[in-house]
Amino acid sequence: MTPAIDIATIWAFIIAFAVFVYVVMDGFDLGLGMLFPLFPNKSDRDVIMNSVAPVWDGNETWLVLGGGGMMAAFPLAYAVLMPALYTPVIAMLIGLIFRGVAFEFRWRTTQSERNRWDLAFAGGSLLATLAQGVALGAILQGIHVEGRQYAGGWWDWLTPFSILTGLALVVGYALLGATWLVMKTEGELRDRAYGLSWYLLFGMLGAIGAVSIATPFLHVQYAQRWFTWPNIILTAPVPIAVAAVTVMLLRSLAGRQDYRPFLLSLALFALSYAGLGISMYPYIVPQSITIWQAASPENSQLFMLFGVAVLVPLILGYTAWAYWVFRGKVKPESGYH
Amino acid sequence: MFEGWDAVVLARAQFAFTMSFHIVFPAFSIGLASYLAVLEALWLWTGREVFINLFNYWLKIFAVAFGMGVVSGIVMSYQFGTNWSAFSDKTGPVIGPLMAYEVLTAFFLEAGFLGVMLFGLERVGHRLHFLATLMVAIGTLISAFWILSANSWMQTPAGYAVNTDGQFVAADWLKVIFNPSFPYRLVHMVLAAYLTTAFVVGAVGAFHLWRDSHLAGPRVMFSMAMWMATLVAPIQILAGDQHGLNTLEHQPIKIMAMEGHFESHKDGAPLILFGLPSQTAGKVKYAIEIPKLGSLVLKHSLDAPLKGLDTVPRENWPPVPITFWSFRIMVGMGFLMMGLGLFSLWERRRGALYHSRLLHLFAMAMGPAGFVAVLAGWITTETGRQPFTVYGLLRTVDSASPLAAPAVASSLIAFAIVYFAVFSAGVIYILRLMAQPPHHGEQGPQGDIPARAAGITPASGAAARGAA
Repeated sequence: MTPAIDIATIWAFIIAFAVFVYVVMDGFDLGLGMLFPLFPNKSDRDVIMNSVAPVWDGNETWLVLGGGGMMAAFPLAYAVLMPALYTPVIAMLIGLIFRGVAFEFRWRTTQSERNRWDLAFAGGSLLATLAQGVALGAILQGIHVEGRQYAGGWWDWLTPFSILTGLALVVGYALLGATWLVMKTEGELRDRAYGLSWYLLFGMLGAIGAVSIATPFLHVQYAQRWFTWPNIILTAPVPIAVAAVTVMLLRSLAGRQDYRPFLLSLALFALSYAGLGISMYPYIVPQSITIWQAASPENSQLFMLFGVAVLVPLILGYTAWAYWVFRGKVKPESGYH
Repeated sequence: MFEGWDAVVLARAQFAFTMSFHIVFPAFSIGLASYLAVLEALWLWTGREVFINLFNYWLKIFAVAFGMGVVSGIVMSYQFGTNWSAFSDKTGPVIGPLMAYEVLTAFFLEAGFLGVMLFGLERVGHRLHFLATLMVAIGTLISAFWILSANSWMQTPAGYAVNTDGQFVAADWLKVIFNPSFPYRLVHMVLAAYLTTAFVVGAVGAFHLWRDSHLAGPRVMFSMAMWMATLVAPIQILAGDQHGLNTLEHQPIKIMAMEGHFESHKDGAPLILFGLPSQTAGKVKYAIEIPKLGSLVLKHSLDAPLKGLDTVPRENWPPVPITFWSFRIMVGMGFLMMGLGLFSLWERRRGALYHSRLLHLFAMAMGPAGFVAVLAGWITTETGRQPFTVYGLLRTVDSASPLAAPAVASSLIAFAIVYFAVFSAGVIYILRLMAQPPHHGEQGPQGDIPARAAGITPASGAAARGAA
C-alpha cells in the first residue's frame, strides 16, 4: 500500500500550491482586465493598469511553474490533460498574449490604437479566465484515458458544467479585481469599485453554490466524498467557513475597510479551492489517474524537491519585496513617482 | 477541413513557427539585459549623464521586447503537453526538472526584479535599483543555462536509463545536465545573444550618427557595439568551430547534412561551398567545392576519410537541403559580422568611427544580422537532428499527441494570425522608439507617466509618424 505521506503527495501539494498562488496573484490581475470596459475614462484606466504593471509578469510565472512543474513531477498527468484540454489551453495562451503585450503597447501608441490595445487587454483577460474555468470544469467532469494517452475527441471538454465553471471563474476573478481596486485606489474610482464588489460578491456566491450543487452529480465518488459518514466531519467545515467569510466580507464592504474585502475574497477562493482538492484527491486526472500513477520516478521528484525547498521561500521573499516597493494607493497624476 | 493532413507535420510546423517567433525575443533580451547592467554600472561609476540616458532609452525598448518574450514563452511551456504529449510522458522525468529549475531559478528572478528595474528607480534608490537590473540580467543567463541544457540533452542524451513504462529517467543528474554538447551550445548561444544585441545597438547608433554625427548617446552606443563586433565575432567563429567538432563526434549525421556529404570519401572529403542538395537523388547538384578542404576543417587533416549519408539508412536522414542552406546562412552572417568588426576597427584607428558613412551604412544593414544568424543556426541544429526528438532514441513521429489534424491545424492558424498581428505591432513600437535619438534627460518607462496622461508628446508623435 502507498503510505499516507510520501514524496508524490508532497509534490501534489506543491503543484496545488503553485496553482493556488497563481490564482491569488493573477486572478485579480485578469479581473482588472475584465473590468476595464466598465472604466472608460482614460485616467482611470491608467491607474488600473499602473496598479498591476510592476508585478503582472511575476504573477504569470506561477502559471509556468504549474505547467512545468506538472510535466516534471507528474508527466503522465501533463501528457493526458494537455491534449484533453487542447482548445481551452490554446485559447488561454492566446488570451494571455493579448493582455500581456497590452501592458507595454498601450503606452507606446496613439489614442485610436490605444483603444485597440485596451480592448485586447479586456478581451484577452476574459478569454484567458473563461478558458481556465472551462478547463477546470473539464478536468472535474472526467477525462477519457486509454493506456497512457488521452483517448477522447477535441470537443469533449465542452459541456454545460464546464461552461458553468468558466462563468464562475469570470465572476470570481472580477470580484478579486474589484476588491483589489478598492484596496489600491482612491476617490471616485474606489467608490465605483465598491459598488461593483457588491454585485460581484453575490454573483460569486451564486457561482459557488451552483458549482457545489452540480459537482456531486458528476460522479458518485464526489457525492460519497462529501456526504458520507465519517467524511462529513472533514468536509462540513468548508461550507461553514464559506458562510463565515461571506458575513465578514459583507461587513467589510459595508464598513468600507479598504484592505479587507480583497483579503477576504482571497479567503473565499482558498475555501473553494480546498473544496476542489477534497473532491479530487487522490486523483490528478479525476477517476482515472492517481497522483502515484502519474508521479515521476522518485529521484526526479527528489531532485526538484531540493530546489523547491530552497528557492520557493526565496521567491516568495523577493516577490513580497516587489509588492512592498509598490505598496499603497496608486495616484493618477504621479504614477510611480 | 484538414482531415487528410498529417497531424505530426502540422504539430512540427506549429512548434517551428512559435519557436522561431519566440527565440527572437530572448536572443535580444539576454544581450540587452547585460548591456543595461553595464550601462547602469558605468553611470554609477562615472556619474556621466550619457550613460543614464542610454540606460533609460534602451530600458523602454527592453520592456516591450521582454513582454513579448514572456507571452510567447508561456506558449512554449504548454506546447510540450498540448502537441507533444507522448514526448512529455516519456521525457518528463528527465527534462521536466531542468525546465522546472529554469522557472525557479531564472523566470521568477527576472519577473520579480523586472518591476523594480522598470519603474522603481525613484522608489528604491540607485544601489538597490542596480541590484534589480543585475538580477534581471543574471536571470536571463540562468534561463539560457537550463533551457540549453534541456535542449542539449535531447541532442546528446546522457546519464539516463529507461524504466518499465518506457520513460527516460535520470541515472546521474550531473551527466544529464552537463551532457556532451551542452557546454558548446551554451557558449555559442550566449555569444550569439550578445552579438545579436550588439548589432541592433550598433545599427541604431549608426542610424542616428548618419543624421547627426555629434550626438553623444549614439556615439557611445555605436562605439560600444563596434567593440563587441570586433572582439566577440571572431571568438564566436572559433566557438562555432568547436561546437561543430563536438557535433561531428556525437551527431555525425547532422554534419553530413550540413556539409552536403551524401557520399563517403576515403581519402579527403571536399568542402562544398554551394550547390543544390537533392534529398531524393542523394547528391548535391551544381556543387562548387574545394577538394580535401572538408576533411581539413572537420578532421584537421587533408586526407582524413569522412563517411557520408550513403552509410546511413534513408529513414534516418534529416532534411538535407534545409540543414545545408541554413548552415551556410549562419556561417555567412558570422563572417559578415567579423567583417564589420574589422572595418570598424580600421575606421576607429583612422579616427573616422563617427564619420564614416560607409561604415554606418554597413552597420545599419547588419542590424538584423544577429536574428538571421540565430534563426538559421537553430534551424540547422533542430532540422539536422531529425527524425528524432531525443537523438537516436525517440523518433519525432512517436512523440506527438493523439490529436486529429483539424485540431492542430486550427491552433496553428490561430497562432499564426495572433503572432503576426501582435508581434508585428510590437516590432513597430520598438522601431518607433529607436527612431528617436536618446536625448538629454531621457526618461525611463516610469517617466512617461506625465506624458502618458497628456497623450503622446509632440516630439514622439512626430518621430512616430516619421517611422510609420
